[in-house]
Amino acid sequence: MTPSTETVIAIKGLRKSFGDLHVLRGVDLEVSRGENVAVLGRSGTGKSVLIKLMVGLLKPDAGSILVLGQDVETLRGKELDLFRQKVGFSFQSSALYDSMSIRENLEFPLVRNIRNLSRGEIDKAVEEALDDVGLSQTINQMPSELSGGQRKRIGIARTLILKPEIMLYDEPTAGLDPITSIEINNLINEVRERFGATSIIITHDLTCAKTTGDRVAMLLDGKFERVGPFDEVFADPDERIQQFYNYKFVN
Amino acid sequence: MQSDTTKPTGRASDRPVVTRRLDRFLLGLADVSSFIGRFFREALLPPYEFKEIIRQCYEVGFRSLLLISTTGFITGIVFTNQSRPSLSEFGATSWLPSLIAIAIVRALGPLVTALIAAGKVGSSIGAELGSMNVTEQIDAMEVSGTDPFKFLVVTRVLATSFTIPLLTMYTIFVGLLGAYINVNQNEQTSFTSFMQEVFGAITYLDIFASVLKSIVFGFTIGMVGCYKGYHSSKGTEGVGKAANSAVVTSMFLVFIEELLSLQIVGAIRGS
Ligand SMILES: Nc1ncnc2c1ncn2[C@@H]1O[C@H](COP(=O)(O)OP(=O)(O)O)[C@@H](O)[C@H]1O
Ligand SMILES: [Mg+2]
Repeated sequence: MTPSTETVIAIKGLRKSFGDLHVLRGVDLEVSRGENVAVLGRSGTGKSVLIKLMVGLLKPDAGSILVLGQDVETLRGKELDLFRQKVGFSFQSSALYDSMSIRENLEFPLVRNIRNLSRGEIDKAVEEALDDVGLSQTINQMPSELSGGQRKRIGIARTLILKPEIMLYDEPTAGLDPITSIEINNLINEVRERFGATSIIITHDLTCAKTTGDRVAMLLDGKFERVGPFDEVFADPDERIQQFYNYKFVN
Repeated sequence: MQSDTTKPTGRASDRPVVTRRLDRFLLGLADVSSFIGRFFREALLPPYEFKEIIRQCYEVGFRSLLLISTTGFITGIVFTNQSRPSLSEFGATSWLPSLIAIAIVRALGPLVTALIAAGKVGSSIGAELGSMNVTEQIDAMEVSGTDPFKFLVVTRVLATSFTIPLLTMYTIFVGLLGAYINVNQNEQTSFTSFMQEVFGAITYLDIFASVLKSIVFGFTIGMVGCYKGYHSSKGTEGVGKAANSAVVTSMFLVFIEELLSLQIVGAIRGS
């Protein structure tokens, strides 16, 4: 799947602070339909804040965010709900609802967004989504019974159930062992092939960035200073980038 | 909007401790008021989460029923037993049923129920919402086309406001049962005459005031638990803190409300 030239995400001059903490200081980014962009950066640099701004979970202080041609900041009520159906969000902590079974977790976005679905339609969608992530056997289990990697997959399945056009992954491989991480990377690539989804993958895992991203964007001091193919970005002699690249292999 | 984000006010640390404390207190107060305001707004506006409200009522009742049964019953027995000597000094043990009825209906029933519910229900609401906050389940709900405030907070506060008065009635019932057993053993009073004395002693105002008071207690416990959980700090220690301060704060408020209600009901009785 090659990216088209249609821009589906356009972020300009985005700023966000919490009190005296200036997290994002003028972020610019454009993403084409079908493209996968990996966002790299150390912890606490505002990667999660960036994608939360993209779905309206946080409000920007300045700048604009256009996603699928819509100005996210101005969306309210029904419009915002409809917009969010098209944007899947895979949370860092998976965010599975502890009090609900896997089946109920997957049903939740479906029955909450689309009224009047028949029992058969719901079951079919749930089974399909579980099949997509290879975890059909967990349908009647509770989230607490699953491993970290399984929880990540279920979290992804829960967003796939609404067939989103855009996927936002927040640290999909954080806290997972290397083999499970590779499986998740493959899943991200599969989701892209199958659904033609445009994705932003937030990570500080270089393998993940390299295998899933067409381009990588380095978040340094609240801005994207380098955006481009993996090898190009890391060929940059900038100390901060080299430090990020090297620590991985030194430690 | 494009301008720099630094604020014109001086840095917080430049100002004296007292004004900073006061600032924080006032900000906290504003925050709490807007949380309560939001509850009433969202509770009144559709859609209503009936299924979830019923589930929460069941949870509240289920979580505290066993503890309330034993505590209420034991309170009835112990209170009766401890009151007997002072009454018998005046040869007035026949007043025991009416004395106990008044104590249990007016004060002990509502208070015991509220304190137990604060411990059991308040802490579990605080911990549950706290952990949902920390693990981004609240955010996940919001991006799934569901208003988390309505789904989590409104349902729980309505459930506690409705269920805790019912539990109070139940505590009063088991408390009186305990008292009856003790009176029956010592004074050989029959059940019917015990009950006649009980109902002779209490008034509609007593019952009405207790129910109303319990609704306020229930509302307080639900509100405090939700507020603490919803605003818990990130990280796992935030969950424990939310649960703990939900209990402490709601117990404290329940006592304050009990004192206030004493004044109000006293004024009504006096007039
Ligand atoms: N809702 C919030 N309120 C206050 N501070 C926040 C909030 N969300 C994030 N922050 C702060 O913003 C900074 C960036 O956070 P985040 O985007 O989560 O970092 P990361 O790049 O590791 O995902 C952190 O210092 C964090 O404490
Ligand atoms: Mg993050």
